[in-house]
Amino acid sequence: MESVFGLVGDGFAILVADSSAVHSILVHKSNEDKVMILDSHKLLAASGEGGDRAQFTEYIQKNVALYQFRNGIPLTTAAAANFTRGELATALRKNPYFVNILLAGYDKDIGPSLYYIDYIATLHKIEKGAFGYGSYFCLSMMDRHYHSGMTVEEAVDLVDKCIVEIRARLVVAPPNFVIKIVDKDGAREYAWRESVKDAGLAAA
Amino acid sequence: MSIFEYNGSALVAMVGKNCFAIASDRRLGVQLQTIATDFQRISKIHDRLFLGLSGLATDAQTLYQKLVFRHKLYLLREERDMKPETFASLVSALLYEKRFGPFFCQPVIAGLGDDDKPFICTMDSIGAKELAKDFVVAGTASESLYGACESMFKENMEPEELFETVSQALLSSVDRDCLSGWGGHVYVVTPTEVKERILKGRMD
Repeated sequence: MESVFGLVGDGFAILVADSSAVHSILVHKSNEDKVMILDSHKLLAASGEGGDRAQFTEYIQKNVALYQFRNGIPLTTAAAANFTRGELATALRKNPYFVNILLAGYDKDIGPSLYYIDYIATLHKIEKGAFGYGSYFCLSMMDRHYHSGMTVEEAVDLVDKCIVEIRARLVVAPPNFVIKIVDKDGAREYAWRESVKDAGLAAA
Repeated sequence: MSIFEYNGSALVAMVGKNCFAIASDRRLGVQLQTIATDFQRISKIHDRLFLGLSGLATDAQTLYQKLVFRHKLYLLREERDMKPETFASLVSALLYEKRFGPFFCQPVIAGLGDDDKPFICTMDSIGAKELAKDFVVAGTASESLYGACESMFKENMEPEELFETVSQALLSSVDRDCLSGWGGHVYVVTPTEVKERILKGRMD
């Protein structure tokens, strides 16, 4: 099962997701990007059913863009989180999406924030959070080492500790992870942590 | 596991002398995992009316949004706040509308009616009202809460004594329930002021 986790630091928020696309015992690819850049200052990490994940996150991304086009200003992170929760809640009793989401964003007057939205549309603002089997290890690591106002170096160090723990203790541990960061300069990819490189067509 | 026990919750409301207290735990969990320890279960509808929602967190959030919407409409039409008795009937009606596909919530309503007379009530997930003169309880810790409140309750308590009683009843009950706890949130409401206090209990 997919591991997604994230935390809030001093003026930034960081989201990490594994990058395996798995169907039963088969790994389709191990460089799938599950952390979507929602807009200039927002990140959306999603875990769950494959088709729902891709489809739902794209739907949210396009609606966030539409709001900006219509109103001339971007949504705040809280507004985007509440919109996402609303869409999940409306669909819940008709055609539920099986996607768990961590939404991170940076607002000029509020600073960084992280929102936990699970697949049954429970919304909560958090400082650190995780989904999937990896959460059993990440949450404990973060409980031990996290403190508010961490620097980027400290946060990435903690992220690496969590990844090492997942790789060591999870029986079907995903080999590769993507790390993305959002701060006042925007949302961007920070690094990949790869222990298995996808062969690609060139090798064949 | 029952859907009512998915997130874990504990709620209690108690009547005092021209005042009432409403208290909740602070845990947000997903079955065995604790996600957050600062979850707000009690919301203010207006200065003299508070609503606590136990049960499934996503339904509690949806129901809260619907009720705030309905109260705001009422405010626009009637140009006054809703009486607690009226609000309780509204909640009951809203829940029964979904009789065959209900919200998995148990609300606790506490307010000051006409002549500053305290009003408390609870209802089940399909809106069966239960009015009480002394205390009402809800959530996964409800059985423990019944016992604790029954033994600790006295008539006509002053606000300070009421706060002590409600706090002790809540903390001792959630300590017997693994799905609720991680502190407490108590509101003591008198005709002149609302006192909000956070309790530190066993953090486990």
